[in-house]
Amino acid sequence: MLTLYGTELSSRLLLGTARYPSPAIMEAAIRASGTGIVTVSLRRETAGGGRGGQFFETIRALGVHVLPNTAGCHTAKEAVLTARMARDLFATDWVKLEVIGHHDTLQPDVFALVEAARELCADGFKVFPYTTADLVVAEKLLEAGCGVLMPWASPIGSARGLVDPASLISMRAHFPDVPLIVDAGLGRPSHAAQAMELGYDAVLLNTAVAGAADPIAMARAFAAAIDAGHEGCRAGLLEPRDMAVPSTPVIGKAVFA
Amino acid sequence: MTILVKGAGVAGLTAAFALARRGHSVTLLDPKSPGMGASHYAGGMLAPWCEGETAPAAVVEAGEHAIDWWEEALPGLVERKGTLVVAPPRDQSELERFARRTSRHVWLDEAGIAELEPALAGRFRRGLFFRDEAHLDPRKALAGLVDALTSMDVKILTEADERAFSHIIDCTGRAAIQPGSQLRGVRGEMLYLRTSDVTLSRPVRLLHPRIPLYVVPRGEGRFMVGATMIESEHDGPISARSLMELLNAAYTLHPAFGEAEVIETGTGIRPAYADNIPRITGEGRHLAINGMYRHGFLMAPALAEELAARLQAVPQRRSATA
Repeated sequence: MLTLYGTELSSRLLLGTARYPSPAIMEAAIRASGTGIVTVSLRRETAGGGRGGQFFETIRALGVHVLPNTAGCHTAKEAVLTARMARDLFATDWVKLEVIGHHDTLQPDVFALVEAARELCADGFKVFPYTTADLVVAEKLLEAGCGVLMPWASPIGSARGLVDPASLISMRAHFPDVPLIVDAGLGRPSHAAQAMELGYDAVLLNTAVAGAADPIAMARAFAAAIDAGHEGCRAGLLEPRDMAVPSTPVIGKAVFA
Repeated sequence: MTILVKGAGVAGLTAAFALARRGHSVTLLDPKSPGMGASHYAGGMLAPWCEGETAPAAVVEAGEHAIDWWEEALPGLVERKGTLVVAPPRDQSELERFARRTSRHVWLDEAGIAELEPALAGRFRRGLFFRDEAHLDPRKALAGLVDALTSMDVKILTEADERAFSHIIDCTGRAAIQPGSQLRGVRGEMLYLRTSDVTLSRPVRLLHPRIPLYVVPRGEGRFMVGATMIESEHDGPISARSLMELLNAAYTLHPAFGEAEVIETGTGIRPAYADNIPRITGEGRHLAINGMYRHGFLMAPALAEELAARLQAVPQRRSATA
């Protein structure tokens, strides 16, 4: 069972709520995925409309944990402000902290991220930071009070998958007891399976499901891949080797060739 | 049968038109001037196949007939020039994806794009051309329907007593968004640019993973640039970020837009159902057309005709019609 900030979750998938063809399809995809956590992007202007309108009602009515995110924030101050708005709007102290440093790659600004994480953790937030696979940054985030780390696989929405598996492997090795979630850049179910095989605790997705031709079927496909990768990791994966190993003993058998 | 149509946006005006054309006695009610709601900010693209990228098949099918409907209702207003879809070099995979999800298009190379839109010559290597699509100026279309209704003796009032009518058709769009209505609002922001340095003949869509944008020529050097899609019912002025993103995208389409004048910005709230498909609801003497989402001009004709056919089919009322 996955435990994040004391909350037990049966699914190891976190799913975003943006960019679906319609809220009806979004809802069906979320249900099909079996996810227990959905992320919700909170644009400041959305909050300008009071409780955020009917779309947020749809999300509240899903009956899953809501993880508001600070997507689109470019400074620590902006992110902190958005997180506080989200706490009021969704009555949760969880927040996916995202501070964008670069407009085109949507790469996290790790300096502002650590700064915002310190402030939010001190304020009682349970912070899920979207970060790079940098170990030093990860340590600073843990120092700041984060109980979960969410390194990227590749840039948000790029569908490139795990472009730097070595860094993700060393991150897993350095933080064996911290829940690690691969966030951003996954495009295919096999990418999610790969992340889980590396020993990651969960994956967070949005575009790969929302942008699929059939988001509902894709949600199911990812859920299956995550289970497969997780089970595979627990079952003990074989290390690759250079030479063939016969699966049946050959000694003592007749050789016909 | 005396019919009160509430709401004079694209849904109400087309419904009133379809009903009046069949000889019904129709009164149109709107506390504001006709066509000043979300329809006022519409793109006016009659682009069912492009919309098919994300819209369900029902929208594409109903939308196919919209072009002929508008042409017949308001002769001379519809421009049958198709739609051009392009993407910046680094977003070419978006173009491939768009092509896979849509139909009735052809691939164009650089020369093909230059032939259609000389202003874009040399700017894009490849594009998609949706030959059968069309566009119109929504504000002219709404005004044209008002004129046509007036000439058919449809009264347009700012207040009326509902009890005086046998049928009430609620086309109030955004005003009908209430808890329990199944409707939600989707905020859209747009702007108008004016420049004589760029000439386009047809709507051009610029694909981008974050901010897909369209530029629709409105004549006399004016271009409508739209439109954001934000899950919110907040109707305050356009945000700086949206303005910046729309302008950025226009600039990517053609740098000359950088020198254009921003002559108008606007925000509208699109009413939508959870599946984003507009529909007729209600029964008896109370019916409603709502949930036009981003498909008002595309879907309103089909719904107006369906409504008119439904009222025509009520046998006991037929004697009351002219």
